[in-house]
Amino acid sequence: MKVMAQMSMVMNLDKCIGCHTCSVTCKQAWTNRSGVEYVWFNNVETRPGVGYPRGHEDQEKWGGGWVRTKGGRLKLRSGGRLKKLATIFSNPKLPSIHDYYEPWTYDYDMLLNAPAGEHTPVAKPKSLLTGEDMKISWSANWDDNLGGSRETMQDDPILKHMSEHVAAEFEDTFMFYLPRICEHCLNPSCVASCPSGAMYKRVEDGIVLVDQDACRGWRMCVSGCPYKKVYFNHKTGKAEKCTLCYPRLEVGLPTVCSETCVGRLRYLGLVLYDADRVAAAATIEDETKLLDAQRSVFLDPHDPAVVEAARDAGIAEDWIDAARRSPIWKLINDYKVALPLHPEYRTMPMVWYIPPLSPVVDVVADSGADGEDARTLFAAIDRLRIPMEYLAGLFTAGDVPAVAGSLRKLAAMRSHMRNINLGEEQDPSIAASVEMTGTEIEEMYRLLAIAKYEERYVIPTAHTEEARELEELACSLDYDGGPGMGGAGPFGSSSGQQVPVAVENFHALKNRQTADRPSTPGRVNLLNWDGNGSPDGLFPPKEDG
Amino acid sequence: MNGDAITILLWVALPYAAFATFVVGHVWRYRYDKFGWTTRSSQVYENRLLRWGSPMFHLGILFVIAGHFVGLIIPREWLYAIGISEEIYHIGATVLGMAAAVLTIAGLAILIYRRRTVGPVFLATTVMDKVMYVFLGATIAFGTAATVMYQVFGPGYEYRGTIGPWFRSLIGLQPQPELMVDAPLAFQLHVLTATLLFALWPFTRLVHVFSAPIGYLFRPYIVYRSRDDQRSNRKPRRGWEPITQPDPKKLTKL
Repeated sequence: MKVMAQMSMVMNLDKCIGCHTCSVTCKQAWTNRSGVEYVWFNNVETRPGVGYPRGHEDQEKWGGGWVRTKGGRLKLRSGGRLKKLATIFSNPKLPSIHDYYEPWTYDYDMLLNAPAGEHTPVAKPKSLLTGEDMKISWSANWDDNLGGSRETMQDDPILKHMSEHVAAEFEDTFMFYLPRICEHCLNPSCVASCPSGAMYKRVEDGIVLVDQDACRGWRMCVSGCPYKKVYFNHKTGKAEKCTLCYPRLEVGLPTVCSETCVGRLRYLGLVLYDADRVAAAATIEDETKLLDAQRSVFLDPHDPAVVEAARDAGIAEDWIDAARRSPIWKLINDYKVALPLHPEYRTMPMVWYIPPLSPVVDVVADSGADGEDARTLFAAIDRLRIPMEYLAGLFTAGDVPAVAGSLRKLAAMRSHMRNINLGEEQDPSIAASVEMTGTEIEEMYRLLAIAKYEERYVIPTAHTEEARELEELACSLDYDGGPGMGGAGPFGSSSGQQVPVAVENFHALKNRQTADRPSTPGRVNLLNWDGNGSPDGLFPPKEDG
Repeated sequence: MNGDAITILLWVALPYAAFATFVVGHVWRYRYDKFGWTTRSSQVYENRLLRWGSPMFHLGILFVIAGHFVGLIIPREWLYAIGISEEIYHIGATVLGMAAAVLTIAGLAILIYRRRTVGPVFLATTVMDKVMYVFLGATIAFGTAATVMYQVFGPGYEYRGTIGPWFRSLIGLQPQPELMVDAPLAFQLHVLTATLLFALWPFTRLVHVFSAPIGYLFRPYIVYRSRDDQRSNRKPRRGWEPITQPDPKKLTKL
């Protein structure tokens, strides 16, 4: 057993309203630069729909992820090492920028500087690639809220697997949003595709990153990732991807997309897993068994043997504790409501989703029935064959009962909590029908619906004391006039030169801002003193004491 | 005298200066501009032309390099010894060389046409790219011209008696510039533009040649790295060393 920790995310699709706040704040934080204009580390797709880049789930076309060979081994779908080197001069599977969209800006200057004339000046769209006028005809989210879907929906790779007449019916009855970031997979095919070895999985928290100094721009990671979440910066010629906001996670803050999610639907936490079993689990023949196989790779942080092995593997005590309190562990393994996105790619993705029940409730309510009655909802889940097949195509490699099981738990929760809220008699058969107890359902309700900040995000900080010769360690606190040089100084902490951004002084500043004690024991900052009483340290201690 | 000075300048000083620039330039570039060390691929902009042009050019130039290795580095006596006579070598080198040249030039023509006509690709072209294209194109053009003029239609020039030994004499640090004096002009120009191209090399996108990912064939698929690795391997910059106790032994030493 080789215990490793993985920082993971679960998104509760039931609560996603498709507002794109996550996408916008992520873009502002990470990709508002030249060369990545077209890049969205986080994007929100309307489903059914073609997604971004267009039809990225069609692996027949893009060749992302792994496949199982007849001999029972894993192989990169777009070819192994020799094939990669043979096609290195022109990657045959690379999406063009037009598969994402041609980035543009507007000629805003025209609005201010147009000469006086009869007509109101307009800001024409200008391509950011050629600088010329362009007609905007596609973007990262062109089919938002199914807009224009009648023309594009047939290109949805999942719908293509279902029959033709389904599509139109579908459009009237079922729509939901799918926010997507990098999956930070346990078996990342992008890392495996990188000829330079510039992509890596961090040992400590499993975050998949690109070493910008080692990347040589061979572009194999872009085609290797089945989720198309590695992007090519066309100005620097290097690959870039979602970093799971690791600089924030290292100091215990949630990612930007999580922090700003107005629906509070994202959960962050650790999962312990057995790295030795990943390859075997990813190689299981039956695709629909991949979900259970991946669950079996995770290790129970409450099991003393696991804790012992984790300690042996050098995982710190506070990380093990965080793994015990992890909302991810609860949603994936205790309640079993969260499902991975496209397990059939065999990359063992680590951003999981709670499938949306709301559209089912809407259908039931629209038909005049009671949308919160367990039996009605169960029946609807069984009857809504098409949406279930679609969800199964996304989350369980086509295994409808697995998706239905997850939705039945949500339905049971809805019904159970309605009874409680209305003060009605408890019906233990509701919880029993999904193999849970009433207490468990109430706990799940607390995590999913109340969703307190501290319970959604259980993020242990990085262990900087392990960072030998850490550069910031030498300069963060004890730079001239810094907090390490004997307090905040006479003018308070926010004056003076800029504080270097580093984990250590982040905590120092936070402590100082939130502590009840003076920042520097034994001294009083007179500028901050409100004149009342005599705080400790204002006068020297009396001798008779 | 003047002739001698120019001979030494062109066939000794310039090659060594170019080689020094080549080596030092690469070391410098690798140390200070790893971030800029990339192929700077433009495939995301345009793929229809690149799909043909790029593999043609790259495969062609790889054949060309292999041919130059055989022609310049390996003494002809060695080839005689394994039974490759002058005639066989000449025919082989000319036929294979022309095939490689056609592939390379056709590929390069497609790529340059693409670079000029596809808007985003042209906008992404730097001044250094253009300078590099001039020298690369000139080198390939003179080399091909020399082969066509002397080897295909001409009497055949035995460069393995002059240019080859001259090249090896440079490697052996016993330069024999006089070997180059009587070489035909096309060959001389080919060598000179190539020399300048090598001097230019580390400052262009051509550095990606030295990133050929051979290691990919031998490493495990999934790469793990520790958060601390990068920083701990790097020595702190001067003036930023962490605080350590003074070494007491230094007090007793003179």
